[in-house]
Amino acid sequence: MEDAFLLVLQLLGATVRVATPLVLAAFAGLYCERAGVVDIGLEGKMLAGAFFAAAAASASGSPWLGLLAAIAAGVALALVHGFACITHHGNQVVSGMAINILVAGLAPTLAYAWFAQGGQTPLLPASARLPAVGLPGGEALSGVPVLGPVFRELLDGTNILIWATLLIVVATQWVLHRSRFGLRLRAVGENPAAVETAGISVTRLRYQALIVTGVLTGMAGAYLSTGHGAGFVRDMTAGKGYLALAALIFGKWRPGPTLFACLLFAFTDAVQVRLQGVPLPGVGVIPVQFIQAIPYLLTVLLLAGFVGKAIAPKASGIPYVKER
Amino acid sequence: MVSSGSGRGQPGAVPGWVGYALLPVLNLAAAFALSGLVILVIGENPVDVLSLMLSEALGYPEAIGYTLYYTTDYIFTGLAVAIAFHCGLFNIGGEGQATLGGLGAGLVALALTGWPWPVVAVLAILASALFGAAWAFIPGWLQAKRGSHIVITTIMFNFIAASLMTWLLVDVLIRPGSQSPETREFDPGLWLPSMERALGWIGVTVPASPLNLSFLWALACCVLFQIFLRHTRWGYELRTVGRNERAAVYAGISPSRNIVLAMLISGALAGFVGVNEILGVQHRIILNVTGGVGFVGIAVALMGRNHPVGIVLAALLFGVLAQGGGQVSFDYPSINRELVMVIQGLVILFAGAMENLFKPQVEALFRRRAPAAAKPTATGTGG
Repeated sequence: MEDAFLLVLQLLGATVRVATPLVLAAFAGLYCERAGVVDIGLEGKMLAGAFFAAAAASASGSPWLGLLAAIAAGVALALVHGFACITHHGNQVVSGMAINILVAGLAPTLAYAWFAQGGQTPLLPASARLPAVGLPGGEALSGVPVLGPVFRELLDGTNILIWATLLIVVATQWVLHRSRFGLRLRAVGENPAAVETAGISVTRLRYQALIVTGVLTGMAGAYLSTGHGAGFVRDMTAGKGYLALAALIFGKWRPGPTLFACLLFAFTDAVQVRLQGVPLPGVGVIPVQFIQAIPYLLTVLLLAGFVGKAIAPKASGIPYVKER
Repeated sequence: MVSSGSGRGQPGAVPGWVGYALLPVLNLAAAFALSGLVILVIGENPVDVLSLMLSEALGYPEAIGYTLYYTTDYIFTGLAVAIAFHCGLFNIGGEGQATLGGLGAGLVALALTGWPWPVVAVLAILASALFGAAWAFIPGWLQAKRGSHIVITTIMFNFIAASLMTWLLVDVLIRPGSQSPETREFDPGLWLPSMERALGWIGVTVPASPLNLSFLWALACCVLFQIFLRHTRWGYELRTVGRNERAAVYAGISPSRNIVLAMLISGALAGFVGVNEILGVQHRIILNVTGGVGFVGIAVALMGRNHPVGIVLAALLFGVLAQGGGQVSFDYPSINRELVMVIQGLVILFAGAMENLFKPQVEALFRRRAPAAAKPTATGTGG
């Protein structure tokens, strides 16, 4: 019983750690897609964030400069996306794809040239990584039956970016549904012409949304290379940007359900790590690959209308051309 | 999702070649200028690197063989993306469809040990088309009948294909006793002949390279593509749906039927990558055989303006990049293969997403010259 409880706690702890970059990336996508800009370049921005965070942290020794560099990289790429899609009415899918391919090449190319370690950055010492937050009161609770393990496994020593992510989730819910910016953001994704009629610049709003996207993807990348990991490795994001996109759609472009989708996907991943090679009663060993494909299958089923109905922001993907 | 513009915005004001030749060249120049900047940042001379890239890709017969081998893949995926574009669809799932196409071709070759290679080649082409088309059918059908966004579903199907393939090769098809996830090698008698061997039959000697007969099939596909699209009723209906779905409905053309048809053809074309790679080069089913060709296909189709001639030229350009970039990394210790992806990404960005970057300036330049020749009263075209 005690062991089972501990196992559940460890699974939950792993879920939170795996979910953090997903949540950040999915919420990044939430801002720009609710503003009507489709962004399949989350993956690329995250990878750029991961590389520049590790590179800056490695060069300066400061994880905070790393985080700053990651955010700058994410915002810069988001602005490129905006320049192509908003200013030049380019195809948003093509632009996102281009950014993904560009960064997939650029990050290892620069890593190779700057650090000469085969496309990686040097291993970061603990002082150059984003710190975990130690909470007071661990001693006092250690003997308490239920609270003690919960505190130890889930709360104590949690990375600072995980707490930041929690804050961002709450803030997003408020911004999107309770603030003037959020109202306008949602409006510009549904009916940009109406927003323009009200005297608000569609271009400006969409750029603002993309900047938020850039900041959040940069943070997601920094978490991967300087929070969770200790350095940048090639193809570090491994499709997490696309998975975040799937979570965003599975969450029907709303903060709460998107968070739930991220946690669900992360939980399947945490379970899958534990289940590898373990036969289940009745079904035998489930191949890892099937469990890994579950998020993608779920997203397709949702889009097909078999698991609820996903309705995208009405104006998403359509460049806004001001009437003359 | 609308196919890229054809540069015919203002009839009479700007010559057509500006749209399909000058602007792409300008975009390409911008992409290469930025690539040069990246090379400069990593501390090498961009002119040296790019010229070495060119000579390593086209400078001697063996290099040309390699370049054309890469080009073959890009023609297939470029055509695949283009046919979907013509129907107003964005097939971003070339990776998954090519993976499945390779599986189809490979299974045929595994099953038919001892058969003559021409029979196997035909059956493998059919099987790869069937497998690729089947993989594209589901997203196509979901788009047509359930309105599921095809960009997202095809991305998801890329990942599902990768999982499926890993499982098949790790657990099912793996050569007994093998450590790496791959099947046994096919019977050498049914490999698709390399160009070296094929040209040897007619007495022409070329050096060995991965280039094989699927290059000819790719060129044939270009011709078939154009005949289908421009000279058959099906092609006409498909383009009508792509141009204006509502008009198509009023003309008695079923959009959903054509969406599914376009995706079937698209998937089949992407599937042919499997013939080139599996039957022509690898001679066994392996993992990650596609290596991004599905995504490069998007760039090829965009740069080639969805026309077979343009697609062949664009595919050749990306073939040069792939081959030249790989070779450059041997000569420069600070440069690795991924530099190619940087250039690819920049080309897609400038030629695809920012295709109208220079349009206003260039058109203004031509319009300023135009009044001298044309009548100044011809204004106010369009809406």
